[in-house]
Amino acid sequence: MKLGNIPVHTEAAADPLDGFRWPNADYTRTPYRVFTDAQIYEREMARIFRGPTWNYLALEAEVPEPGSFKMVQVGNVPVVVSRNLQGVVTAFVNRCAHRGATVVRQEFGKSEGHACIYHQWNYDSGGDLCGVPYRRGLNGCGGYPADFKPAQHGLEKLRVALYKGVIFGTFSDEVPELLEYLGAHVVAHIDRIFVKPLKVLGYHRQRISANWKLYFENIKDPYHAGLLHTFMATFGVYRSTQKGYTLLSPDGGHAVVYSITNTDNAESVAEAYKGTDNKYQTDFALKAPELLQWSPDFHDGIGNLIVSVFPNMVVHQILNTLATRQVRPLGPDAMELYWTYFGFEDDAAERTAARLQQLNLVGPAGYISMEDGEAIRLVQQSISAETKDATSFIEMGGRGPIVDADHVVTEVCTRGLWKQYAHTMGFAPEAA
Amino acid sequence: MTDHRERVLDLQLRYAHAIDEDALEKWPGFFARDGRYRVIPRENHARGLPACLIDCTGVAMMEDRVVSLRTANIYNIHFDRHLMSPPLVEAPAADGTVSARTQFLVMQSDQSGVTKTFATGVYLDVVDLRGDAAVFRERTVILDSYGVPELLATPI
Repeated sequence: MKLGNIPVHTEAAADPLDGFRWPNADYTRTPYRVFTDAQIYEREMARIFRGPTWNYLALEAEVPEPGSFKMVQVGNVPVVVSRNLQGVVTAFVNRCAHRGATVVRQEFGKSEGHACIYHQWNYDSGGDLCGVPYRRGLNGCGGYPADFKPAQHGLEKLRVALYKGVIFGTFSDEVPELLEYLGAHVVAHIDRIFVKPLKVLGYHRQRISANWKLYFENIKDPYHAGLLHTFMATFGVYRSTQKGYTLLSPDGGHAVVYSITNTDNAESVAEAYKGTDNKYQTDFALKAPELLQWSPDFHDGIGNLIVSVFPNMVVHQILNTLATRQVRPLGPDAMELYWTYFGFEDDAAERTAARLQQLNLVGPAGYISMEDGEAIRLVQQSISAETKDATSFIEMGGRGPIVDADHVVTEVCTRGLWKQYAHTMGFAPEAA
Repeated sequence: MTDHRERVLDLQLRYAHAIDEDALEKWPGFFARDGRYRVIPRENHARGLPACLIDCTGVAMMEDRVVSLRTANIYNIHFDRHLMSPPLVEAPAADGTVSARTQFLVMQSDQSGVTKTFATGVYLDVVDLRGDAAVFRERTVILDSYGVPELLATPI
């Protein structure tokens, strides 16, 4: 068929991912291809971030007043979270319904509405179209057709759900209700942290030359924590020899990993690190030990907690630091990690000071987290040429069923991630 | 050039060369005993949000960071070059300190000899001129490039 001289393709080409399946059913292998393949990335944007998932958007404390807004990202889609003038939290795609220009240009702000600079299409604070110039033309010329209805040309909306001051959004009508999606473990730990009104302390941003899933794997993997982050191992902030727990959501994609301080001793540490080199010096002392002075916010002994929610959310408590992290894909081989630090509105000045001091531990410059950026960058660097069948090896903690563990010497959460990922992407083994 | 401006510039140059030549152990010595070193993202600073990337109060904390970088932390192997504008120096205050603003650019090179822009922003310095050697009472790094490329290990 031809349209003038332009050939028109009427048959869709076969999807090259049609035959792609996970190599085994307990997810102890991950094909490196998923970290490099542009077609897989495109499918992720459609099936995961625009699919049946709840994405972490922001905290209510960041959009405190009617008209407050903030830019975020859902997958690769630019999204604005905005509290409308009625006080309701909304979220919409930051792309004009007319010709596609970015409408909201400030990262943060407060406004009664948003006008696209290109042709002055005017949206209200919830993203509904309220006015367009020359709708009925000028002096009898131009204008939109009589059947033009502003209500049909608002900004694309996300469905929003709030829980304990945390804002989630989805493009899907099929995803289960938020609390069902999060599962009991994640809800319990959100309940533990988000106990009262929050005070935002600021942001860190980190651009990592690695696929977004390498970060998500990293954050779910307590095996590396005591080995890569030697500052922790040395000072006892976190050691794999401390009592810890590894809990998964039913579909596997969310995890809660935490450890309880002061539950090991010098002998157990020496035993555990036998076979590694001697960099785990347990006699290493800080000249300014107040950095690690901890006044627990919660009285359960948990010193290190990582909650991860598929596909883009992390919540952490490390001593007195509290933060969310939003994972923002920037193509198959790059991502932004966006950290939001917070305390509580009723924190005394000393408590706020302690939280700020302990930020030295976390973030892109943090003593116990700077290595993550380097580790996953090194993975991306070495697999970038890998287009065939090479895989990683994920068997710490064993093979087989993907279930909770009462320790942190395991990669089971990583396998859980791949299970939910593969099912969402249509990559699950045929038998699974 | 007035004497106090020359002393500020000399301190800044010694600081930059020490870092760029990987003499990190010298870094805390550029500060007063209770001096403060902060790296704060411009977006936080502009909005009155206090969170820093690095916040060391006192030389002891800075020495801890150097020891940690040398013995515990793992980061990209790199070489920095600090390039700075001349400092814009205010008149000395009654307490013997002087404030200065200085633009900076840090280029970072890897082991294959490829160089990238790593950081840019402005130093807000409060320099104590009372002793024989000028020292920083405060060095606040306002980081324009707060989308940190990979990670931030060594001081800016």
